[in-house]
Amino acid sequence: MTQLAAYTTSTGEAFQFWILGTVAVIGALCTILMKKAVHSALCLAGTMIILAVFYLANGAYFLGVVQIVVYTGAIMMLFLFVVMLVGVTAADSLKETIKGQRWLALLCGLGFAVLLFAGIGNASVKEFNGLGKANAGGNVEGLAELIFTKYVFAFEITGALLITATVGAMVLTHRERTERAKTQRERSEERVREGKHLPPLPAPGVYARHNAVDIAGLLPDGTPSELTVNKTLRERGQIRDVSSEALDDLRALEQRSTDRLERPDLRATDSGRTEEASK
Amino acid sequence: MENLIALLVAAPLLGAAVLLCGGRALDRAGHWLGTLLAAASFVVAVVLFADMLGKGAEERTLSQHLFSWLPVEGFQADVAFQLDQLSMTFVLLISGVGTLIHVYSIGYMEHDERRRRFFGYLNLFLAAMLLLVLADNYLLLYVGWEGVGLASYLLIGFWQHKPSAATAAKKAFLVNRVGDMGLSIAIMLMFTTFGTFAFGPVLEATGETSEGKLTAIGLMLLLAACGKSAQVPLQSWLGDAMEGPTPVSALIHAATMVTAGVYLIVRSGAIFNGAPEAQLVVTIVGAVTLLFGAIVGCAKDDIKKALAGSTMSQIGYMILAAGLGPIGYVFAIMHLVTHGFFKAGLFLGAGSVMHGMNDEVDMRKYGGLRKYMPVTFVTFGLGYLAIIGFPGLSGFFSKDKIIEAAFAKGGTEGWILGSVALLGAAITAYYMTRVMLLTFFGEKRWQPDAEGHAPHPHESPKTMTIPMIVLAFGSVFAGGFFGIGDRFLHWLEPVTGHKHGHSPLSAATVTGATVGVLLIGVALAYLQYGRGPVPVTAPRGSLLTRAARRDLLQDDFNHVVLVRGGEHLTRSLVYVDHTLVDGVVNGTAATMGGLSGRLRKLQNGYARSYAVSMFGGAAVLIAATLLMRAV
Amino acid sequence: MNPVNYLYLAALLFAIGATGVLIRRNAIVVFMCIELMLNACNLAFVAFSRMHGNLDGQIIAFFTMVVAAAEVVVGLAIIVSLFRSRHSASVDDASLMKL
Repeated sequence: MTQLAAYTTSTGEAFQFWILGTVAVIGALCTILMKKAVHSALCLAGTMIILAVFYLANGAYFLGVVQIVVYTGAIMMLFLFVVMLVGVTAADSLKETIKGQRWLALLCGLGFAVLLFAGIGNASVKEFNGLGKANAGGNVEGLAELIFTKYVFAFEITGALLITATVGAMVLTHRERTERAKTQRERSEERVREGKHLPPLPAPGVYARHNAVDIAGLLPDGTPSELTVNKTLRERGQIRDVSSEALDDLRALEQRSTDRLERPDLRATDSGRTEEASK
Repeated sequence: MENLIALLVAAPLLGAAVLLCGGRALDRAGHWLGTLLAAASFVVAVVLFADMLGKGAEERTLSQHLFSWLPVEGFQADVAFQLDQLSMTFVLLISGVGTLIHVYSIGYMEHDERRRRFFGYLNLFLAAMLLLVLADNYLLLYVGWEGVGLASYLLIGFWQHKPSAATAAKKAFLVNRVGDMGLSIAIMLMFTTFGTFAFGPVLEATGETSEGKLTAIGLMLLLAACGKSAQVPLQSWLGDAMEGPTPVSALIHAATMVTAGVYLIVRSGAIFNGAPEAQLVVTIVGAVTLLFGAIVGCAKDDIKKALAGSTMSQIGYMILAAGLGPIGYVFAIMHLVTHGFFKAGLFLGAGSVMHGMNDEVDMRKYGGLRKYMPVTFVTFGLGYLAIIGFPGLSGFFSKDKIIEAAFAKGGTEGWILGSVALLGAAITAYYMTRVMLLTFFGEKRWQPDAEGHAPHPHESPKTMTIPMIVLAFGSVFAGGFFGIGDRFLHWLEPVTGHKHGHSPLSAATVTGATVGVLLIGVALAYLQYGRGPVPVTAPRGSLLTRAARRDLLQDDFNHVVLVRGGEHLTRSLVYVDHTLVDGVVNGTAATMGGLSGRLRKLQNGYARSYAVSMFGGAAVLIAATLLMRAV
Repeated sequence: MNPVNYLYLAALLFAIGATGVLIRRNAIVVFMCIELMLNACNLAFVAFSRMHGNLDGQIIAFFTMVVAAAEVVVGLAIIVSLFRSRHSASVDDASLMKL
């Protein structure tokens, strides 16, 4: 019984563990189940913060802080940057395309969990010393002593690894320009030769009822022109289409004016005029 | 003296080399060179013979070691010669008859533009045959054995522009291969059994060897003998071999090469003595061939083929005698020598007749030739009397002894073999009389040849008649010289051994019976062919006659059993190959293909699938680790 | 409460992360799941450190963090360049080895 007492922790810690542990698991599940990458990232950040709290509870004060500063603060923000770069609103389809992959994955995950549980259950964790003695001189000092004596080579090597990773990331993302950039004059001459869009591209919302960048401007006949939207948004398919709505509004307006002015032939002449204009 | 032995082989070998490599420059004198070297070989043989006669019976064996051929540890093959009484007999016969036939060929082949080549081949044959009988081990004997086979092939197909000759040569070669295979297997068996194949050690060691092994070796040797000596069941090539020039038929296919089988059996006597069952098979083969050849000889109208049947039959006698063991060895060799004389004489006579009759070979188109070819008639007639065993001539002495020995074998076997031999003698008398009557007696039935030239029978030139006369002398006197006072017996006994059999019939009775059946055979032939006219085209004849004309269906038998059998075997092998072998191969390929097709789906190119495999593998590893720890 | 529960939690998070790696197609989310697995390991190390009463486990966790940071830098660079060339961040689209 005395030994058992050494195994247990304070009730406060137990309370904290069960509450935060549940939240951490939910966060992890959300990470893998959320459709949008941004949501996943945020859930993961939450889980990591909870883990930081657990580190602190386990006496790893330095790691707890590092977890928040480096992981949640730096790495997760890096993730968010990349998510923004790739497309923040693009939602993934969770529909499986590889036959049997989901079931195999679940089986593997469950199997792993069972195996690990079994392994932990079988392991003889009789000693439970606590960190009171190790942390006596302060957690950071204790770690520093180990890092700069026992683990000094590993530490140096991780330094080299970080430098290498930085250089590697630069090399990977750097795009070498293989030809001279075209001057403004060359580009304008090219445009004239092609015979398309001699003037600058139309701004979005010029003929539209909105002036947001992701809503295409309308041509005189009410159809949207994709040229008015930024190329990046166009490529991502993030154009909001309000043309049908606008056309319906226009039609309703004309109907009302026709009713009021009692001019039955206006619609025909109007449409004829728009056709001319489009030519 | 023994240094002369190599000269026996070297002289004709030199002739062959010079004549075959010499080119056209030798065309005019080549035949003289070939004959001279054959004669030189004969002279050396006579010198050696004289020397041998001067010694005591036990000191007569000479040997000459030329060089080590294959000096391998545990496998010593030497080129070494051994000249004893048995070899001496053969050497004299081969070089003597060979020289005579060389002389004869000078006349016979006079108009052939490839005469030089012909003499080269003849010399090659002489060299190989002398090597065969002089070798002191089975391996060297095998070299000679193959050499005579090659020479035989070349000479049968000498007129290879005739398709029949080319085919006959191929046939002889192929059938001989079967026998050669027997000899090579026998030599291998000897090597595994005795560790050597020299005559001396092998024959001495037979006493300590099991009968089963000796029987196996003996039967393989018999197979070899059957191939070379045209014995049933490998007899089919001899009749067709008559497509070769007549001197070839006389030398190779009557007097010398075909008797190599007899030599082999007599030389290996010690092996057969230890294997009574093999001996029994030898006698059966001999007896069957004896009748087979005789029956075929009765039905053939082609003079050379009739003589070929006769040769087969006479060699059957020799094989029969050799199969009787020590009772018969000496008589087998004695008959071999006398047969060498008279059969060579008969063939030369037949060649002479053909020479005079525009190369006609059908006896039904001869008739009444005795006035036109007196020398041929007389020599052929003496050969005829010798072969049928007319009392006092060669064949009488040798054949009578064989019949006597066959009876002396004792028991039922003795009676059967003796009776067969007697019956053979009767049939011999019948068919030889038929040949004689059809050729030299009766009215002229000459027909113009294909180009319309009527034949003008004439006597052959001196080069041809002189050998015939010499051989006729041999046919008449050799038997008496050998037989009276048992000279030949005493000569050969130290080599082959001899045992007097106890015949159930007295010698006089056997002789009487022999003469009796001889007269019956002659009388029957006379009744059939001597009194009335003989039709030019052969009558249909009885079933047996028709079968005999087709060589007792030997070729049909071979066709049905070997060719058809081979075709069926091939077809079934092809079937097995297609279904089983290809099935296994294709099945393996299809299985692999199918498996790959399924396994391929694992390799779908998606990184996530591979990740699943990795996780699964890791899970299995962890599970295994945990289980091992739990155990 | 038995501190071994921290280990069970770590195992659970690890398994969830692994499943996420296997079922998500978006490379960024896959990467996040890997980070989750690494964090689960770190939790286990910290718990072990406490049980054994020495700081070695915390050191290992520290190194893991450093390596994870390096890995994230390179991995995200790869994802960015992948997206640039294929206009997609799906791991299934990068299947040139597919038949």
